[in-house]
Amino acid sequence: MTGNGSGASRRLRFEIFRYNPENSESVPHMQTFELDEAPYMSLFIALNQIRETQDPSLQFDFACRSAICGSCGMMANGRPALGCRTLTSDLPDVIRLHPLPVFKLIGDLSVDTGTWFRQMVEKSEAWIHSEQAFDPEAQEERMDDELAQAIYEGDRCIECGCCVASCGAANLNADFAGPAGLNRMARFMMDPRDSRGDADWFEVVSNSDGVFGCIGLMACHDICPKELPLLEVYAYLRRKALATKLKIL
Amino acid sequence: MSSELISTDVLVIGGGLAGERCAIEAAAAGHDVLILSLVPPRRSHSCAAQGGMQAALGNCVKAQGDNTTLHFLDTVRGSDWGADQEVARIFAEEAPVAVRELAHFGVPWTRVRGGKNSYVIKGERVDIEEHLENDGLIMHRDFGGTAKWRACYAAAATGHAALYAVDSEVVRLGILVRDRTEAVELIHDGNRCWGVVARCLRTGSHFPVLAKATVIATGGYGRIYGQYTTNATINEGMGASIALNTGIVPLGNMEAVQFHPTALVPSNILITEGSRGDGGYLLDKNLHRFMVDAEPEKQELASRDVVSRHMKQCMRDGNGVETPYGPHLWLDLRHLGEHHLTTKLREVFDICRDFVGLNPAHELIPVQPTQHYSMGGVRVNKDGQAYGMAGLFVAGEASCWDMHGFNRLGGNSLAETVVAGRIVGQRVGEFAAAASLDVQTSLAFEVRRSAEQRAEAWLARSGSGPTIYDIRNAMGETMMNKVGIFRTGDELAQAVDDISALLADCDKAVLRSKAPGMNPELTFALRLKGMLRLAFVTAKGALLRTESRGAHYRSDYPLRDDAEWLNRTLVRWAADGPEPEFTYEPVGEIDLPPGHRGYGSDERIEMRQSIEQYNSDAYKQQADHGRLATKEAPGSRMRWGDWRAQE
Repeated sequence: MTGNGSGASRRLRFEIFRYNPENSESVPHMQTFELDEAPYMSLFIALNQIRETQDPSLQFDFACRSAICGSCGMMANGRPALGCRTLTSDLPDVIRLHPLPVFKLIGDLSVDTGTWFRQMVEKSEAWIHSEQAFDPEAQEERMDDELAQAIYEGDRCIECGCCVASCGAANLNADFAGPAGLNRMARFMMDPRDSRGDADWFEVVSNSDGVFGCIGLMACHDICPKELPLLEVYAYLRRKALATKLKIL
Repeated sequence: MSSELISTDVLVIGGGLAGERCAIEAAAAGHDVLILSLVPPRRSHSCAAQGGMQAALGNCVKAQGDNTTLHFLDTVRGSDWGADQEVARIFAEEAPVAVRELAHFGVPWTRVRGGKNSYVIKGERVDIEEHLENDGLIMHRDFGGTAKWRACYAAAATGHAALYAVDSEVVRLGILVRDRTEAVELIHDGNRCWGVVARCLRTGSHFPVLAKATVIATGGYGRIYGQYTTNATINEGMGASIALNTGIVPLGNMEAVQFHPTALVPSNILITEGSRGDGGYLLDKNLHRFMVDAEPEKQELASRDVVSRHMKQCMRDGNGVETPYGPHLWLDLRHLGEHHLTTKLREVFDICRDFVGLNPAHELIPVQPTQHYSMGGVRVNKDGQAYGMAGLFVAGEASCWDMHGFNRLGGNSLAETVVAGRIVGQRVGEFAAAASLDVQTSLAFEVRRSAEQRAEAWLARSGSGPTIYDIRNAMGETMMNKVGIFRTGDELAQAVDDISALLADCDKAVLRSKAPGMNPELTFALRLKGMLRLAFVTAKGALLRTESRGAHYRSDYPLRDDAEWLNRTLVRWAADGPEPEFTYEPVGEIDLPPGHRGYGSDERIEMRQSIEQYNSDAYKQQADHGRLATKEAPGSRMRWGDWRAQE
């Protein structure tokens, strides 16, 4: 074990956004807490300590605490990040935490990503479209392992919303599919089990709510906690759109 | 006061794989289905399953000759004969179908690459020529306690890929999901369940949901071990808890708790068994592979209960690596190479980098055994129908179905979620089709009132009592230290006393926050008593079971005792009842006679009865213990003696 465990103990200052919409007396404000840093302290550990020892009303979301469930996206010093895998040792003495923008606020650091992602899945119909019913007697359809790996790469998105929060276009246009939405579309486009053709996808992808709504800031690519290759995803979608348009013309 | 009342044909509590697969089956049969989930379904703990899903497809060379009977045998041996053998048989036969169906739903299973492949097997690098005619079929990796490579996988994110594919089907079918909602009490009239009262985790309000059929699919209860668990923070056993509160529905085998050998130190985050399946080593402080001495045949790939005990013993013998967090051992994956680690074990690579800042291609991973899985749960028949309560079904880890007995094999639980989801979902659909919502709404509002009163009582209590977090922490320490990997009567008796005292403390605990809305402190307080009750019956069940079987190891009773304890623990305890009532039922009819598992100790106390005597009234006894009638006769799926051809 190296790195994050060592170092002199610091007194950390947390400035945390507070607002409880269920409390008519609550007004949005920043509240300050202090904690002694411990080895391997993550924002998961720190926030739970604050809740348990200083302010039990503090709202935030964690579930797996291992960077796979995507519950704990939050703004840490202005940058969207998963709270569970953000170690305080990588942050300065003053840590400012805000809820993710774009998503509806539930309270303090807790936001409603579930509703946003469900509508994204509904809108892009992000499921396998297949005319064939499942045959329980049949051997599985074959797939080249290289292709399976490519689909898996896109499938790795955990829908934490960090990319959406970081996205200029998503912050301005509520109908924009967002980086996670575009990635999800690309994942189904490359899946031969999905019967939708280029022309079907063209309608969904090739407009200002789709890949051409991206304004190219690429913060999404930089902050994605799963390091999804979003640059390549958009290039793939634009290439497909162009090829389809040329075919239609 | 709101009179909000929701009704549906089928209510599913829990948006993980078991619940969602069940919901799909019921919705496909034409029912209105509503899913309640603590979190958006894709954040359910199913997503954290890493290494694989067991199904005997037999697609790669090391899986050649595999079949469902071998899977059945491995599962029963893994269970240390605690499993219901008919359920293990049903499971093994349905798993291939369920895995292939997931491919149909879009799971990017890793596939066989025809031609030369390089593997690490029992410490040796081996080149194997995969048959070209199997190129592109679903690949397998090795896992603990199995005769063949059988675990189907999508890198080390199998649960994630499966959950997303199944949830996509849920959305496609238009199934309603109400996330951030917790079921807090069952609505029932003593023998028929009519839904639940739920609490909204956005606003804190309570509301009833009436349903013709109710499914509990809330996962395990690992968080009764406090921080000493790989489980997500949401695995607090609330499904088992609301069933126990009825005093009618029993929980089964709560003392059967699995400890996973390789949790990352100090965060207790899971490192998949696939890392040992792919050739990883366990090393002591002298970098010695102690498992080769302990289990020459299976080495690092004995069952989890056996490996965890050897690890614990190794550390007790002073061969652990001492740290301020206590001793740990090493998991060595360096010889697998960076390419393998960043593809087939990518999630392991990421976890090591993110949480302890190490690169497993060059450094050793600190690990220790930690609570991982709840074999116990709400006792159901083979249709998933809870004992004693019509209209209530349970699937997945929340249930005691019971294919795992006293030790679950790696990769069998992920497969169970979709296999049970399919089967139980079908039975739920049939039940709902034949039922009408014939219930007085006043019953629903009475239950809501009692749930509201519990919340009000917490908020009204004042003074200086213990905090709920202190009580939770004390529960975790007691469970890990006294109801852990090695157990003794003295320590278990202490644990029972400790939990009793904590239950008393819980009634005196005081909240510091009266914040309106969901109030996170109140939300946890409302769960705490239920968690303590689960901890109590786990500790008490372990105290009463004076033998060692699977993960339940009594240092003072080190032998498996098939003469006295070839049975399943059942416990009932009404919410206002003084003491839990423990009874014991036969495990089911036995096809594979109790014997040596092929790893671990070969010493045991033999059955006194013949198998025939044991089987003669096994199902009758189960019925006497509350098992409801099944669609097909008990035992109908047995394949008597089929296993003999595999010996």
